[in-house]
Amino acid sequence: MTARTCGCRIVVMAALLFAGCEREVRPFQDVSASAARSQKPAVTQLFPGTQPPAVGESPFQNNAYAMSEGKRLFEAYNCSGCHSHGGGGMGPPLMDDQWIYGSQPANIFDTIVEGRPNGMPSFRNKIPDQQVWELVAYVQSMSGQAPIDVLPSRSDHLRYGTPENARRAETPKQTGKP
Amino acid sequence: MTRLRMRLPVPRPRLADLTRSAPLVFAAAATACAGNQAMFNPQGPAARSIASLGWLLLSVCVVIYVIVMAVAAWSLFRRRDAADDLPATATKLTRAVVAGTVVSAIILVVFTVSSVVAGRGLTSPTGAGAITVDVIGHQWWWEFQYRDVSPSDFVTSPNELHIPVGVPMHLKATSRDVIHSFWVPNLHGKRDLIPGQVTNTWIQADTPGVYRGECAEFCGHQHANMAFVVVAEPMDTFLAWIARQRQPAGEPPTDEARRGHDVFLQSTCVMCHTIRGTTAGARLGPELTHVGSRMTIAAGTLPNTRGHLGGWVADPQSIKPGVRMPANPLEPADLQAVLTYLRSLR
Repeated sequence: MTARTCGCRIVVMAALLFAGCEREVRPFQDVSASAARSQKPAVTQLFPGTQPPAVGESPFQNNAYAMSEGKRLFEAYNCSGCHSHGGGGMGPPLMDDQWIYGSQPANIFDTIVEGRPNGMPSFRNKIPDQQVWELVAYVQSMSGQAPIDVLPSRSDHLRYGTPENARRAETPKQTGKP
Repeated sequence: MTRLRMRLPVPRPRLADLTRSAPLVFAAAATACAGNQAMFNPQGPAARSIASLGWLLLSVCVVIYVIVMAVAAWSLFRRRDAADDLPATATKLTRAVVAGTVVSAIILVVFTVSSVVAGRGLTSPTGAGAITVDVIGHQWWWEFQYRDVSPSDFVTSPNELHIPVGVPMHLKATSRDVIHSFWVPNLHGKRDLIPGQVTNTWIQADTPGVYRGECAEFCGHQHANMAFVVVAEPMDTFLAWIARQRQPAGEPPTDEARRGHDVFLQSTCVMCHTIRGTTAGARLGPELTHVGSRMTIAAGTLPNTRGHLGGWVADPQSIKPGVRMPANPLEPADLQAVLTYLRSLR
């Protein structure tokens, strides 16, 4: 091996190493609280007149740290009390392909903040937007709606069941029936 | 703030500065022996036996170090002698080596015995154990629970452990997330807090005072800001404190505090914190029933003043990045009302 090819390999390996750094940027804080409030997502893609500029994806969407924080909050805020780790109980299951109120991040955000008929409480003003987005990211991950390297692979506590990144990725179906 | 600091020109240290600051560094190191959070300033029986063992090891090792360095220097500068190869010199050398081995062996035996003796004194309290406290580690704060006969008399005191002077306190330690370590250098050695398991330790303070403790096992982003205080006080003061802590929060004293009470119960605060006597009963964050009576907030990070509390409630992430508490975008008047309410909880 010449010195040149050796040098090239070192550069390539270093580049690969540094490429891995990007994934773990941890968003501790929303850019600004007021900005988050004005970015309240629309639940539909239909608009009268001209199409408004698309609202950027939330910084918490495809981020492994934010998703694992969402997983922690899902237990902390007792979402599991009704949705039972995503398998469903008093509330509907979240790991299947059925989406009553839409599978888009904005739909899930709305479900959490506004509540839904027949039991889903409204967490308006009770959960800050940043944490709602983290929960949204985690709810999507339960049926594999995220890149596999972002999905949680482990739990902090002993739990039965398959980790999120080993589940079958479901294709969302809109049922529209509460 | 960090950006501002980075822009400032940083003067390079020169040799003259270093030599001038050397006495300062030594003075700082020496005050560490005398001050708070210092194991060479023991204030309880366990810390005393650790400190005496430490002094024994340190002094013997310093003497040995000086002797070894002196002999090494002497052998470097000594001229080679014609008599070095004679059998008589070799015999002398053998004797010196044997003597050195015997002395080392004796020192090691003394060290072993004294360390076992010191260790025996650490495992259990010497007197009758009186009060049991559950120590629960969280990322990144401490929960101290005083048990009692009736569960309604349990007292939870986050980040502040009150103990009566001269009474051994039995601590049952566990963790809710990762491994932490309980360490009050003035009172005892370290004890790990392990999730799903209870470890036991005890502390006792012989002089009244406030001793600082720290987490001594790396536990994540804010490990460095996971501190607590131990308040050692006479028995009657301690009993008065615990009687006060047993009380639920009273009615808000003023209209502004009443508004703060309402804001607290209707906003994000109520999702994680408990204030006994109200409907707030979540157990994710520290209990706030008597938050106004505490010396510090944010696990020993800031003194408990109205200004610090306001900064903490509005934006904890700029004070402890990564902490579990999110920023709370309250309206300014609401924030002031919440602060008035929290300060009234004494």
